[in-house]
Amino acid sequence: MTNAGPQSGDIAWMLLSTALVLLMTPALGFFYGGLVRSKNALNTMMMSFVALGPVAVAWAVLGYSLAFAPGNPFIGSLHFAALRHVGMEAQGAIPHLLFMAFQGTFAIITPALISGAVVERMRFNAYLAFITLWVLLVYAPVAHWVWGGGFLASMGALDFAGGAVVHVNAAAGALVAALVIGPRKDYGRHAILPHNVPFTMLGAGLLWFGWFGFNAGSALSAGTTATLAFTNTLLAPAAALAAWTILDLIRGGTVTAVGAATAIVVGLVVITPAAGYVGPMSAIVMGAIGGVPSYCALLYRAKTRLDDSLDVVAAHGAGGATGAILTGVFADAAWSGGANGLLGGHPAQVLTQLASVLIVLVYSGVATFVLLKALALVMPLRIAGRHEKLGMDVSDHGEEAYTHGDGAILVTPRAAVLSQSAPDVVPVQSEGGL
Amino acid sequence: MKLIVAYVRPEQLSDVLEQLFHAEVRGLTISRVQGHGGEMEHVENYRGTSVKMALAEKVRLEIGVSNHFVQPTIDAILAGARTGDVGDGKIMVLPIEKIVRIRTGEEDQDAVTPVQAVEQG
Repeated sequence: MTNAGPQSGDIAWMLLSTALVLLMTPALGFFYGGLVRSKNALNTMMMSFVALGPVAVAWAVLGYSLAFAPGNPFIGSLHFAALRHVGMEAQGAIPHLLFMAFQGTFAIITPALISGAVVERMRFNAYLAFITLWVLLVYAPVAHWVWGGGFLASMGALDFAGGAVVHVNAAAGALVAALVIGPRKDYGRHAILPHNVPFTMLGAGLLWFGWFGFNAGSALSAGTTATLAFTNTLLAPAAALAAWTILDLIRGGTVTAVGAATAIVVGLVVITPAAGYVGPMSAIVMGAIGGVPSYCALLYRAKTRLDDSLDVVAAHGAGGATGAILTGVFADAAWSGGANGLLGGHPAQVLTQLASVLIVLVYSGVATFVLLKALALVMPLRIAGRHEKLGMDVSDHGEEAYTHGDGAILVTPRAAVLSQSAPDVVPVQSEGGL
Repeated sequence: MKLIVAYVRPEQLSDVLEQLFHAEVRGLTISRVQGHGGEMEHVENYRGTSVKMALAEKVRLEIGVSNHFVQPTIDAILAGARTGDVGDGKIMVLPIEKIVRIRTGEEDQDAVTPVQAVEQG
């Protein structure tokens, strides 16, 4: 390519990739929404959906600058704040503005991933404040370390599409959030079952579709690197699903639908840091063996008091860390034109990968803890016990996912104004009852 | 013999079943119903439409018991279903004229004496 500036083919692929990654956040809403009880279906889906609003705005106004503006090895600067100096100039093969938008879709989904650890009990208002601040205080610095020219990039850590930045980062936040907010009252006492497994499968399918943009788009151009990442994004989840199927058959004799949906996500997580660095057969091996730690972590977690309700730590933490470390094993310069891993005669890469995972884990864990404790000083993080029993769709949103409308009395506009000034409840006797 | 009919909050059902299990009450039927019993209403909003939900979700339990099981059953339901807020529900005890177990044709007391199911080969 010449110095003629961004080419239409690259721009076209990155425009599409940005839309693909954006779709992953609603997809996550379906994946998570199906796994909770019906009384919390809307709340859980909203925890993903709402990231599309305040988190995206926070990213454009400040987060992008903290992550990608020239700064020191630990944090960017305010040079790109409010999108100043972010225009049509070339950023690699694409316009700078498009690069910002593409990165924004990553910033949106990462805090949404955390929601899986705190569903069915975290107050929605507190959650809103939490994810908006988290993307600025935790996501933006870590993205800077790896992709914004920070110290992990200087160390030579390989993270193609966000194994550490997105998945280990979110999982560490999820682990701490689950511990700070505490388990659901019913956890370990009553069976808590998924209310809509087809939603979860729909979500997994849409996540896989969107993940082609996540991984192949992380090539930031439409070329051979994107082709490699795209193919690996097909093969690794396929291998994870095959391996999971076998594990399910050995363990229980049946292949479960929730297991299959989980396997696809774990396979995608495992290949994320490696997508553009490893060959296709390595992707198959990574998908197959990368799911095992997650499979074991899922089974173990369910026996503990840790109510990481939708297994963010097992899927994204164990999967992300395994993927990041295996990237150091399988990275192949013959395919990527970049770094070699252990099998390519560069064993030190494994240690670099391990170090990057641990650094992100510790920073995200500590920063999330401080953020939640600070928020707890100004607002309750948890809903009231009776609301937890009633369900958060009604308590925090004033809606129900599955209502038949029986016994619903239309409130006149005047009464609606009154009811807003005195929220939650209106005694039915005041209007003569039924 | 009495028929005990109870209306409880759906979110208390697990607790009620647990208490009934401990009271060794076997054999019951539940159904999901909607009703109104003077509890506070909540308002829901769907775009411009505000509605007051005048019917609350409840679970109805129907339990046929022999006389000496009536009080333990009532106690178990109270223990599991009471939250102290209006809307906890009601327990009604009704006389039964006759009970027939369909499988055997046993009647009355015999028909409500639990038996252990054995797996059919």
